[in-house]
Amino acid sequence: MTPTLQLFLIISAALFSIGLLAALSRRHAIFILIGIEMMLAAANLNFIAFWRFSPQSQPPTGVMIAIFSIAIAAAEAAVGLALVIAVYRHYRTTNVDHLNQLKG
Amino acid sequence: MSRWILDHLWLIPAVPFAVSLVILSLPNGRHKSAAVLAVAGQVAALVLSFFAFLPTLQTPGFRAVQNFTWFTFGDHALRLGWLLDPLAAVMLMMITLVGLCIFVFSTGYMAGDKNFVRFFAYLSFFSGAMLGLVISNSLLLLFIFWELVGLASYLLIGFWIERPSAATAAKKAFVTTRIGDLGFFLGLLWLYGRSGTLLFYDGGDGCLETGGLNMLGASATFIALLIFCGAMGKSGQFPLHVWLPDAMEGPTPVSALIHAATMVAAGVFLVARAYPIFSLGAINGVTASLMVVVWIGVITALMAALIAIAQADIKRILAYSTISQLGLMMVSLGVGGVAAGMMHLLAHGFFKALLFLGAGSVIHGCHGEQDIRKMGGLRWLMPITFSTYAIGMMALSGVPLFFSGGWTKEEILHVTAHWPASRLPYYFLLIGVLLTALYMTRQIIYVFFGDRRVASQHAHESPRVMTMPLIALAICAILFSIVLTPAWPWLHDYLTGTAADVELVRLIQSTLFLSLVLVGAGFALGIWMYRKVGVQDRQRPADTDPLEFARPQLFRFLENKMWIDELYARTIIAFSWMSARLSDWMDRHFWDRLVRGFGGIGQLLGVFTASIDERGINAGVDETTVGTRGLGRLISAAHSGQIQTYLSVIAIGVLALLLFYAWLA
Repeated sequence: MTPTLQLFLIISAALFSIGLLAALSRRHAIFILIGIEMMLAAANLNFIAFWRFSPQSQPPTGVMIAIFSIAIAAAEAAVGLALVIAVYRHYRTTNVDHLNQLKG
Repeated sequence: MSRWILDHLWLIPAVPFAVSLVILSLPNGRHKSAAVLAVAGQVAALVLSFFAFLPTLQTPGFRAVQNFTWFTFGDHALRLGWLLDPLAAVMLMMITLVGLCIFVFSTGYMAGDKNFVRFFAYLSFFSGAMLGLVISNSLLLLFIFWELVGLASYLLIGFWIERPSAATAAKKAFVTTRIGDLGFFLGLLWLYGRSGTLLFYDGGDGCLETGGLNMLGASATFIALLIFCGAMGKSGQFPLHVWLPDAMEGPTPVSALIHAATMVAAGVFLVARAYPIFSLGAINGVTASLMVVVWIGVITALMAALIAIAQADIKRILAYSTISQLGLMMVSLGVGGVAAGMMHLLAHGFFKALLFLGAGSVIHGCHGEQDIRKMGGLRWLMPITFSTYAIGMMALSGVPLFFSGGWTKEEILHVTAHWPASRLPYYFLLIGVLLTALYMTRQIIYVFFGDRRVASQHAHESPRVMTMPLIALAICAILFSIVLTPAWPWLHDYLTGTAADVELVRLIQSTLFLSLVLVGAGFALGIWMYRKVGVQDRQRPADTDPLEFARPQLFRFLENKMWIDELYARTIIAFSWMSARLSDWMDRHFWDRLVRGFGGIGQLLGVFTASIDERGINAGVDETTVGTRGLGRLISAAHSGQIQTYLSVIAIGVLALLLFYAWLA
């Protein structure tokens, strides 16, 4: 079985769906963050795949975008975790169902 | 110096005004500095007046005019000016000289008064206003100073403000003169409307020169009469004389100032100043307006002399004698003897100031008593006062040869006798001379002769500061006659603008003997009538007047001032009272109701609009709010705050979009 673009896209879609499901269904903030990271990984996979299977793929382009995206994800994770810790300190919980202060 | 003062004439009134302001700003206790300042100011004014007087001596008919523009509106400039001519110069000298004597006297007379400082501020103000009045070269400027004089007299007559009678007298003086001033002001406007200028002398275009007079035409008579209304008010001519006797409520130096130097002189001065308007178009020296002046003068002179016979207040007698003498001056002006009238005004200024200050000295000596029936025998107790008072009395009565009043009175009789219109004023004036001698004899007998009565038991001579001005004025009253005699009619010719010469023959005139006889008769009659004053008589109670005993009804009539005050009270004042009451009633019951009616309409309208507001607009607004609130609640429900709900909505949305695109493709 040779690797094809479809295969990568299917894997990526699956990864994204799993991540979305995790972000929607888990109640713990950290799990939601993990879900979001998975969705980001799916997007990165898509980048790489499209680069790899493009007609004239220049060496650095796709990888650069992916690396850049990962760097942003790392920063986002750091901010997200810091927020979770701050929220926890304030509310003594990380259950997002209880964090509904912004309701209308 | 003289040249300099001609360019700075305004300094003469400015000095007393400035002094007045400075004194007003002094604290209440600074008696000494107030007196020193006021007297110094008056001395300064006297010196300046003297330097202004000097150049007028050199050329007969001297006239210096200094006009300036007050303000400009459009292409029209309102111009005022200062004027120095013999008329103004002699008035300056008289006012400052008499004023100075009165100021010095006041420092003694008012010594114990708690408002001493304020008194001198007012006195200086009064003097300044009068000085400004005589050197005005514009009827408007004259009117401004005229009103300032009125204000000053109001303040001084009502100086003892805590006495209701003083307050009433001040009010009466102000309102009565104001009636005359209204006429004066109308005349001023009329004159301005006709001639377009209020300057007296303006290089041929002033309203007293041919340029202005030619434009007046027939209206000159009415303008002159309206101006005379002002003079009547200020100079206490019938029927506006009623304020003058009441003005005795002021301190005695004020009475002296009002009656001698300032207030009442203003009216005579005004007529003398505006004489060209009065005499415009004269046939044989007689015009309708001058005729009115003469007859008003005659009525005033006789009426006041009669009333003076029956008065008991020492100052009131003098007040009525002033009115009488002013009437005499008016007659003189009216018959064409402007110089004679002014001469009498000046001479009168000296001896009337002397008499009033003498009366002040008597009152001071009798501890505030003013009723002559309670005095008597003061001759030996107050020798200086008595002798100076006697000189004043003889000058006022017109004793010929040695006293200034005699010469001027004779001059007036002389011009009146030659009035072409009628001989009657002359005969009336002769009666007036007799009456003057009579009432002055009565006063002298009551005050200085006979036994001592209640008030004169502990009388004493006044201090030197009060007797010195008396002596000075007495000397003036005698020495002044040097320039008055017909042998050397210096003042007369100075005023008319001709050079005087000496001719001794003119000293003896027929009127000289006539007045000698009349004055002698007046004295004799007085001495005979009042010989038993203060002496116990079996038939007559001690405190009744001989005339009262002989003719009670006549005496009652004169004592009550011919019921003129009562007449005014019943007619004019009653009328104003009625109209005030009517206006009050109208205000309360008619205009108030009208206003209230309009208010009611407004109220009704208000109730109506309020109901519209309540029912219509308010309900609409309420509904809108309720709706908005419901919508808001609906929308806010979507914002649950559940972050996962938001995320799932986004996911479903994206999925739906994807499906939509898939379906499109």
